[in-house]
Amino acid sequence: MRVHFTVNGRPQQADDVWEGESLLYVLRERLGLPGSKNACEQGECGSCTVRLDGVPVCSCLVAAGQAEGREVVTVEGLADHARQRARATGDGSSGTSLDEAKGWQAHGADSRTGEGAELSPVQQAFIDAGAVQCGFCTPGLLVAADEMLERNPSPSDADIREALSGNLCRCTGYEKIMDAVRLAAARQSEGV
Amino acid sequence: MPTNGVPAKITQGSGAKGGIGESTLRPDGTLKVTGEFAYSSDMWHEDMLWGQILRSTVAHAEIVSVDTSEALATPGVYAVMTYDDLPTEVKHYGLEIQDTPVLAHGKVRHHGEPVAIVAADHPETARRAAAKIKVDYRELPVITDEASATAPDAILIHEHRDDHHIGHVPHPNIVHRQPIVRGDVAAARGRADVIVEGEYTFGMQDQAFLGPESGLAVPEEDGGVHLYIATQWLHSDLRQIAPVLGLPEDKVRMTLAGVGGAFGGREDLSMQIHACLLALRTGKPVKIVYNRFESFFGHVHRHPAKLHYEHGATADGKLTHVKARIVLDGGAYASASPAVVGNASSLGVGPYAVDDVDIEAIALYTNNPPCGAMRGFGAVQACFAYEAQMDKLAAKLGMDPVELRRRNAMEQGTLLPTGQPVDSPAPVAELLRRVKAMPMPPERQWESSEGADVRQLPGGLSNTTHGEGVVRGVGYAVGIKNVGFSEGFDDYSTARVRMEVAGGEPVATVHTAMAEVGQGGVTVHAQIARTELGVAQVTIHPADTRVGSAGSTSASRQTYVTGGAIKNACERVREKVLDLGRRKLGSSHPAWAHAELLLEGGKVVTDGGEVLADLVDVLGDEAVEVEEEWRHRPTEPFDLRTGQGNGHVQYSFAAHRAVVEVDTELGLVKVIELACAQDVGKALNPLSVEGQIQGGTTQGLGVAVMEEILVDPVTAKVRNPSFTDYLIPTILDTPTIPVDVLELADDHAPYGLRGIGEAPTLSSTPAVLAAIRAATGRELNRTPVRPEHLTGTA
Amino acid sequence: MDFLRPASWEEALAAKAEHPTAVPIAGGTDVMVEINFDHRRPEYLMDLTRIGDLYEWEVGQDTVRLGASVPYASIMEHLRTELPGLALASHTVASPQIRNRGGVGGNLGTASPAGDAHPALLAAGAEVEVESVRGSRRIPVDDFYTGVKRNALAPDELIRAVHIDKADGPQQYSKVGTRNAMVIAVCAFGLALHPVTRTVRTGVGSAAPTPVRAEAAEDFLNAALEEGGFWDNGKTITPSVAKQFADLCAAACNPIDDVRGTASYRRHAVGVMARRTLTWTWESYRGARRTTEGAA
Repeated sequence: MRVHFTVNGRPQQADDVWEGESLLYVLRERLGLPGSKNACEQGECGSCTVRLDGVPVCSCLVAAGQAEGREVVTVEGLADHARQRARATGDGSSGTSLDEAKGWQAHGADSRTGEGAELSPVQQAFIDAGAVQCGFCTPGLLVAADEMLERNPSPSDADIREALSGNLCRCTGYEKIMDAVRLAAARQSEGV
Repeated sequence: MPTNGVPAKITQGSGAKGGIGESTLRPDGTLKVTGEFAYSSDMWHEDMLWGQILRSTVAHAEIVSVDTSEALATPGVYAVMTYDDLPTEVKHYGLEIQDTPVLAHGKVRHHGEPVAIVAADHPETARRAAAKIKVDYRELPVITDEASATAPDAILIHEHRDDHHIGHVPHPNIVHRQPIVRGDVAAARGRADVIVEGEYTFGMQDQAFLGPESGLAVPEEDGGVHLYIATQWLHSDLRQIAPVLGLPEDKVRMTLAGVGGAFGGREDLSMQIHACLLALRTGKPVKIVYNRFESFFGHVHRHPAKLHYEHGATADGKLTHVKARIVLDGGAYASASPAVVGNASSLGVGPYAVDDVDIEAIALYTNNPPCGAMRGFGAVQACFAYEAQMDKLAAKLGMDPVELRRRNAMEQGTLLPTGQPVDSPAPVAELLRRVKAMPMPPERQWESSEGADVRQLPGGLSNTTHGEGVVRGVGYAVGIKNVGFSEGFDDYSTARVRMEVAGGEPVATVHTAMAEVGQGGVTVHAQIARTELGVAQVTIHPADTRVGSAGSTSASRQTYVTGGAIKNACERVREKVLDLGRRKLGSSHPAWAHAELLLEGGKVVTDGGEVLADLVDVLGDEAVEVEEEWRHRPTEPFDLRTGQGNGHVQYSFAAHRAVVEVDTELGLVKVIELACAQDVGKALNPLSVEGQIQGGTTQGLGVAVMEEILVDPVTAKVRNPSFTDYLIPTILDTPTIPVDVLELADDHAPYGLRGIGEAPTLSSTPAVLAAIRAATGRELNRTPVRPEHLTGTA
Repeated sequence: MDFLRPASWEEALAAKAEHPTAVPIAGGTDVMVEINFDHRRPEYLMDLTRIGDLYEWEVGQDTVRLGASVPYASIMEHLRTELPGLALASHTVASPQIRNRGGVGGNLGTASPAGDAHPALLAAGAEVEVESVRGSRRIPVDDFYTGVKRNALAPDELIRAVHIDKADGPQQYSKVGTRNAMVIAVCAFGLALHPVTRTVRTGVGSAAPTPVRAEAAEDFLNAALEEGGFWDNGKTITPSVAKQFADLCAAACNPIDDVRGTASYRRHAVGVMARRTLTWTWESYRGARRTTEGAA
């Protein structure tokens, strides 16, 4: 079957989709967006977390056909998403800026290192706090953490733990992830 | 569409300044947070096929027939292969003993053993085709434990053993046996005022790395193949893969793809050979990605163990003797079992000084899932048992458990039961002192103005208690782990370091085959190069087999050995650069000839700080490159009868204090805090060190209270191969983990460093168990502890 | 496999009538796991996420009509007052991501004894509104579960909504799992006080082939509360009554040993949860009573 939906602000189409494919598979294998991860494919680890019409879900549990016409934000679009949110809630200016129009892929990051990429506060905080080791859980955690900070800009530790309880990490013991989310929240509240 | 996601070079640029000792940030951090880091399952190639493995549905059976005709006839299927299709006479592989069939031949020995492989144009096509392969099994009785393995009429798991252990094992269903005998236990027992005995069980733990086994094999025009793979040791894979393919090693090119964690589970091969076989057969790139279900069958697990211990002590708490028998279940294939036996036995008394020791460790062949390497590697199982024994002994002596440990703590110079002196700092007592001195977490943190916050209570969000039945307990443990490959293994690494001018500044390129599995080796490598070569820009070349072996990313050895190799290569590069400078500019200043010269800040400087030249001017258009092997001090095998021998090269020590709260009525546990003190020799990157300690601690917590692969004792089939029923700790299960890092240099190691990755996994589990015992008063001689064990309803 | 995308409830019913083997999928939290792991290959998948009606709820005089696909997150957020037991149960479901997607209709459709919503529905009192092209009917939740992962639906029927009695008293829900989040129930227990009818209702999950009520325990407790005048005098429930209630709840279980727990543990834990939830709800009832009296 054919499926259309919007990913990170861009209309996308996938052809010859087998009906049993998940949104995760379509993102990774058909749309060239492997950032959402395939750790468990049973909704137990959160590594495939994306925003589906704004709501964090496990993309492994969304049938591809269910995404028809929906809006998806993946880790690849997180920085842009955060930027647009900051603009929308920040200086009150309206309209689409040139930057926004370019879309996430247009940013001039070095593909070998990612250097020069503009990151969302939570992405930067994960790097700075040492919350990334193997990094396989990271994309899902970032999408979940970013959404929590959107709803709850100054979370308690218990709030952070609850919001991230659907995202398994096997490397870090979560301590640096806690540090990262606290750091992102602090920077966000300072407007950094 | 994505292009073939070959991992790119990772440049650690000027934004990440810092040499050793600084918490520089990961060079791959940006790629990892933007989703652009190419893991092995992200690989993609035009026209690629998908590989699928058909696995045995039974644990032990003769294969009467395999019929692939219907699968082959499925539209979209390009190849179906069985044992009969293997191209050469080499049809087995293995880390030490080549006992593992690439595809089952005549017999399957464990549940989930690969029988056939399929390549098709879509994963679903491949799955459907695999399901059409008809395998006729004639089931055999299963061997699941020591009794059934060594029974007089026991079926031999491997009928024709010719490995080098068969000569000294008491039964062919025993992979390896290692006794460690020192002193006179019988006489020492006579001096003991108290003796405690215990029988302990350690459950089968899974590495549960999040990135499933996966890779992409691309056939090449010269008849070879290029494999993009997540592994812990490229060259070990290569040595096992090439003979099966019938290719010389230089025609099997391997590049490390992004690795989503490893923890020992990627030391053995998984889909490597299968993907290469299918690629060579079809002439097309083949990708294989296990799902989580298959992953539980796709790699070895931590050996479950039965451990019997006897400890004796004098009334003042000095150990008189330790007697132990450790039975490790290696499952159907040998994997790393012999080395695990070596560790469990040689480190079997823990970080304590005791003169009279009698230990026997064995690993069995059974029809259970194969077991091999996992973080802590044999030392974990032993630590769980000897630390329980120390608590038991303390209780019987009426002594504080930390005080008992302190009185027996090993020090520098102490002899291990193998007779080997510990020749670097062994601050066991100090680590215990530090972890005990940390402030205790406040009591009853769940209480809030709005009633009980269940997130802070045992049971968490499941709302099982509002404080009822909750009792706090505190427990301590300490452990010892060897660093590096032991027992005479030639443990080396290779580093190629190049220095040249690029973009107007000096740049160092570090090329090794080190598998970055998340531990941060790439960060440290760049730090070493910056420290040694005085440059800001360091490029980490992708790990591949175009450079010599780096050895395994395991045994806490990579920073020591590959770090050592890079340091060594950098020193050689520095000498060559200075030689170049002397040739080009030596006449310009007398210091070139006479002073001690350093490379700092992109310049050649004297030890007095005088700048002699810019590296840019010294190098000009030339590149200086060095590739060299580097090895740590040699070790020797343990004597097969006595276990005596200088088998280890370095040790790593960590101590934990666990604070738990147990809902004693429901048997649910919340770990409140898990404090750790560890000696790391030298923290090359303090942020990464903490991350390793906290991560290792959490894996120890997991096997204390929830993680266990359950194998049916009747069928030997795995009962919980999923993340629904194999539980690993969530962020709500993981407490704060304060870390106290001690840095006592090991003068034998580069920068005085110690391997750090494994030690925290050892003592975490027994500390949590001790805390639960303290809270419940129960004996608890197995791990993981389940609610049944805490409520008498097992 | 065919993917059916009915745009309306009527289309869905027509499709289900035409293809009775079609597997409805909404949140996908059960169905997609089975597909991903190759445990199930339905001939037809029928996507229900386009039917807006299923995502709506109405708070009526006595009941809440809860659309089958209203996600657990919405129940937690919006229906805590009306459906406190179900809101607590919803909070124990898996993870935030799953709670954003899964709903009670899926729990009922799968009818796993471990489904988190069942004990809360049984305790509160509920009817399942099901429909086919042949017509609509309401099945009392007590009659809905017919066996392990079997329910009272006819092959052509779909679950449209659940009508749940609004709480007229305190409700509680507890679930035992061996992890502090994201865990399938080893066993679960729901309890609702119904001061209006002076009854107590229970629901037990994962401790029998189907979710069940502990009816003997309810009968005992209802009688004991009546006899002791507890509803009126608001006294603390005596420990012996609580214990017998707990024992009878445990006795209502018919559990198995499996990878998640032993039968013996499940019985034990159900007893503990029964006693604790009774205490929590009763103390809450007493507190509310005192507040009311104080105000009067």
